[in-house]
Amino acid sequence: MRQLLKCFVFVMFAGFAGGMQAQFSNPASGPGSASTVPQSQLMQPTELVKLMKSSGPGGPVIFQVGSYVMFQQAHIPNSGYAGPTSQANGLILLKKLVAPLKKDQLIVIYCGCCPWGKCPNIGPAYKQLRDLGFTNVKALYLAKNFGDDWMSKGFPVERGE
Amino acid sequence: MRRLLIVLACVSLSISCKGFPQTPSGFVHKSAPQFVRTDLSGRKIDLKSYRGKVVLLNFWATWCASCQVELPRFAEWQKKYGPQGLQVLTVSMDDGDAPVRKAVRRLRLGLPVVMGDARLGEAYGGVLGLPVTFLIGRDGFITAEVEGETNLNALESHVASLLGR
Repeated sequence: MRQLLKCFVFVMFAGFAGGMQAQFSNPASGPGSASTVPQSQLMQPTELVKLMKSSGPGGPVIFQVGSYVMFQQAHIPNSGYAGPTSQANGLILLKKLVAPLKKDQLIVIYCGCCPWGKCPNIGPAYKQLRDLGFTNVKALYLAKNFGDDWMSKGFPVERGE
Repeated sequence: MRRLLIVLACVSLSISCKGFPQTPSGFVHKSAPQFVRTDLSGRKIDLKSYRGKVVLLNFWATWCASCQVELPRFAEWQKKYGPQGLQVLTVSMDDGDAPVRKAVRRLRLGLPVVMGDARLGEAYGGVLGLPVTFLIGRDGFITAEVEGETNLNALESHVASLLGR
């Protein structure tokens, strides 16, 4: 009986360890992952909606840093398309788009392509903006994806380009 | 000790038998939206022509980590269940085909890959998070929609049960 128990514990541990290895070998969980953005710099969707309603000129500047195909389907009104910042082209476009902005401008970046911990775009975008000297950068926290955490909740969207 | 073993057995059973969480959507039990595309190898992919087969339609992208885990499994299923009538079709939601071609070579997929766009995404209710997989029965009706990472063993069981019908 005791041997059986030992065997069970071993099997469970092996399964757990396998899962952990799979998680950490995942490139999106590495240094560029969305998980690298400090908690204090995350913005909840409801917070952004409030801000969008209350701010006139001088409000947040919002950039989608995911794929264009997704941006075309639905995006946050008045948000700019910066491109997937896990790729060099996206980082170049983001740099170009923020060039005219003041360094203390509130910039909100969002993606929502994948569950938060697996998003490959938010981390690099946040890092680049910080490296460029922007001091007021927030990342919109979309736990599962843009569809579930923004659109399905009835928050405003625009379609097309 | 015996009680402990029973509890542990129940826990392990509940883990292994966990089903794949289906996304509540208006698409299940409805006819799959039709599309005709050309895949990366230049072959015409007409969804209608797969009527009579069970189709696993997977939306993915090269930057989607979970997708990279699923795709090789789907390729295995194609080999394993293809003779029984399974057809895996994949739609890349990347913005361009260059990284997709690289990924297909790297993963040695051997599956039809078509490039998606906003219109195809919208036809399937808006693909606003990846991966998304639709299972389409032999009659052309959607039997399941699965969003995000899922229990692939449970999904395989569902595929096998559809093939047995």
